[in-house]
Amino acid sequence: MTGEPLLSVRDLKVVFGLDEGSVRAVDGVSFDVMPGKVVGIVGESGCGKSVTTKAMLQLVDPPGRIAAGEMFFRRAGGEAVDLARLDPRGREIREIRGAEIALIPQEPMASFSPVHTVGEQIVEAIRLHARQWRPEGGAVSRSDARAIVVELFRDVGISMPEQRLDSYSWQLSGGLRQRAMIAMALSCKPRLLIADEPTTAIDVTTQAQVLALLRDLQKRHGTAIVFITHDLGVIAQMASHVVVMYLGRVMEEGAVDAIFHSPRHPYTRALLRSMPGMHGETRVALPTISGTLPHPFNRPTGCPFHPRCEEAIAGRCHARVPVLRPVGGGQSASCFLHHDEAEAT
Amino acid sequence: MSSPVGAQPLLRVRNLRKFFPIVKGVFRRTVGHVRAVDDVGFDVQEGETLGLVGESGCGKTTTSRCILRAMAPTSGEMLYRRRDGSTVDLAPLSRRELRPLRAEIQMIFQDPFGSLNPRMTLFDNVGEPLLVNGMLNRGERMDRVAELLRLVGLRPEFMHRFPHAFSGGQRQRIGIARALSTNPRLVVADEPVSALDVSVQAQVLNLLLELQERLRLTFLFVAHDLSVVRHISDRVAVMYVGQIVELAPTKSIFERPRHPYTAALLKAVPVADPRVSAGDVLLKGEVPSPANPPAGCYFNPRCPFADERCRREAPVLRELASGHSVRCYHAERLELAVPQERIDL
Ligand SMILES: Nc1ncnc2c1ncn2[C@@H]1O[C@H](COP(=O)(O)OP(=O)(O)OP(=O)(O)O)[C@@H](O)[C@H]1O
Ligand SMILES: Nc1ncnc2c1ncn2[C@@H]1O[C@H](COP(=O)(O)OP(=O)(O)O)[C@@H](O)[C@H]1O
Ligand code: SF4
Ligand code: SF4
Ligand SMILES: [Mg+2]
Ligand SMILES: [Mg+2]
Repeated sequence: MTGEPLLSVRDLKVVFGLDEGSVRAVDGVSFDVMPGKVVGIVGESGCGKSVTTKAMLQLVDPPGRIAAGEMFFRRAGGEAVDLARLDPRGREIREIRGAEIALIPQEPMASFSPVHTVGEQIVEAIRLHARQWRPEGGAVSRSDARAIVVELFRDVGISMPEQRLDSYSWQLSGGLRQRAMIAMALSCKPRLLIADEPTTAIDVTTQAQVLALLRDLQKRHGTAIVFITHDLGVIAQMASHVVVMYLGRVMEEGAVDAIFHSPRHPYTRALLRSMPGMHGETRVALPTISGTLPHPFNRPTGCPFHPRCEEAIAGRCHARVPVLRPVGGGQSASCFLHHDEAEAT
Repeated sequence: MSSPVGAQPLLRVRNLRKFFPIVKGVFRRTVGHVRAVDDVGFDVQEGETLGLVGESGCGKTTTSRCILRAMAPTSGEMLYRRRDGSTVDLAPLSRRELRPLRAEIQMIFQDPFGSLNPRMTLFDNVGEPLLVNGMLNRGERMDRVAELLRLVGLRPEFMHRFPHAFSGGQRQRIGIARALSTNPRLVVADEPVSALDVSVQAQVLNLLLELQERLRLTFLFVAHDLSVVRHISDRVAVMYVGQIVELAPTKSIFERPRHPYTAALLKAVPVADPRVSAGDVLLKGEVPSPANPPAGCYFNPRCPFADERCRREAPVLRELASGHSVRCYHAERLELAVPQERIDL
């Protein structure tokens, strides 16, 4: 890839200090997001996808905290800021949140308050980040903001936008609520959109509509997207670049075609094999990943995947933690099959 | 599997309806009905898996709850062939009359967390149906529970632990052990793998296939995930707004769908291959409410092939080719797009 990344995450660590012990939810994650590209983060439940994105916005729930790492974000003015260093309640992160980086959260109900209409809430957001609409300064009037929302609703395919504006989120069907959420996220013209499982709770035909909408908006506005999902089909259709996570670490990352057609990491390969497809033989045993996901308090030593890895190298994989390194083809993997570099102990 | 032609089905459902009253006001006046299941019919042959697919709210769960007689149907027949060869209609049976049948027809639930009693050990959770069915000797129950746990791939020593100590996939195994405790013949599984991650899902699907062969089980497998249903089913029924719109052997329905809704549904599934580009979104609009379905064919407002007759009259499910039934006037004449071939490397 050429050019400067919009966001560059390096060795991010997020720890939850619980009474029973500490959970290393995100344990050294690195990846880049290029302007206007879609990065897909994929991995099974609990691997740290949501926490990673919450960290970007300084929204990690206590008792969680960013324990280490950097997240350089290039602001609209061109200067780079380390999101990891920002005060969660400070002015700068509040300026960035919503305006430059917008989030479509995993819990569909979390996005809108039930006591205000969706229109009022988006109008408020637009007025709060007036600078996004009035670069030369000045406020956005209520009626101007309302006109912007009508346009946005039309843009995301909500019919009869004037009426829908005055609905409460709970009055909207799943598909419409999803569209309203996307409109809300786009309301301040973010340069980076984080979509955390935006279609997991909706049906497949509605999902197809929402994915098509996101693809179209992304093309038209050139917004970069970090797209989180556990659905490999969705990732294949949405992402240009894929990050595969397991137990809080990046196992492999690379261009979408490389990840699906020449995966290098044993976990990526196993994950792809275990999925029932829409072609091929039916009613036969699917290849599985042996064992179970370890409990967060019981992280394995060495490579986090080693207790379940069919290709684990005796004497090596359980002892040292492989780091993410380029393995050719523009891909990187954290695996001793491909390089010898381990984390310093 | 296939059973001899003309063999009596294990379960024969005919004209099943379940309407829920919509009540309003302090006098709780009935102002309408939700037609959750609206003329559903199918046969389930002994030893086969019939998959029931469709989008949220189409009536899958209501259909299975009627068969289990967790609720009484509004009308229709559910003819069940007993172990001794006699046939009984489950629909009108009283609670007392149902009791001897409970052991033969069992259920696996979607939510491996909610379906087990958190305050009971595995022994009590799995052994409860045995106790209810008259196995009063504790030692005997212990032996049976140990056997069942082994059967589903769990260690018998786990018997004295509580459900919270187990992962999602393990809890689903416990739920399966519980369902199998009474040697059922028909197992109704409502979204049994929907809450599980891909790798865990593969393990549970393999277990279900293996148990089916070993114990000659008959499955009614309810799910919204098309690739999962395709993988496990011998035949598939597609539901839309409370009705079956297509019913056929798995291979036929996935290779050559004959109903416009089935074709659109298959097209909407995102292919886990970035080289297969997402097709155009075929379905506009949303699923109609079962409280207020459109006149004529329920699919007509979204169907690209709808004509005058479709808007006026409601088609019935009819056999188009041997074993392939469709609820559409024009099925013979439609050239429906077959989902794109996946490029395998
Ligand atoms: N508020 C919290 N308190 C304690 N632990 C937490 C909290 N939030 C997340 N975790 C832990 O952090 C880890 C990563 O969680 P995260 O929500 O990022 O997973 P995820 O990849 O988004 O999973 P899913 O696919 O289920 O959404 C998990 O072990 C989780 O239990
Ligand atoms: N107890 C109930 N009272 C009223 N309506 C119900 C009830 N149970 C289900 N429904 C309605 O019946 C329809 C079918 O629901 P369900 O069988 O749960 O669908 P599925 O399992 O396919 O998602 C939906 O419109 C649902 O809202
Ligand atoms: S480092 Fe070793 S255990 Fe880890 S994925 Fe590679 S081969 Fe497997
Ligand atoms: S009957 Fe008419 S409206 Fe219904 S599916 Fe067939 S063509 Fe479409
Ligand atoms: Mg999450
Ligand atoms: Mg259901």
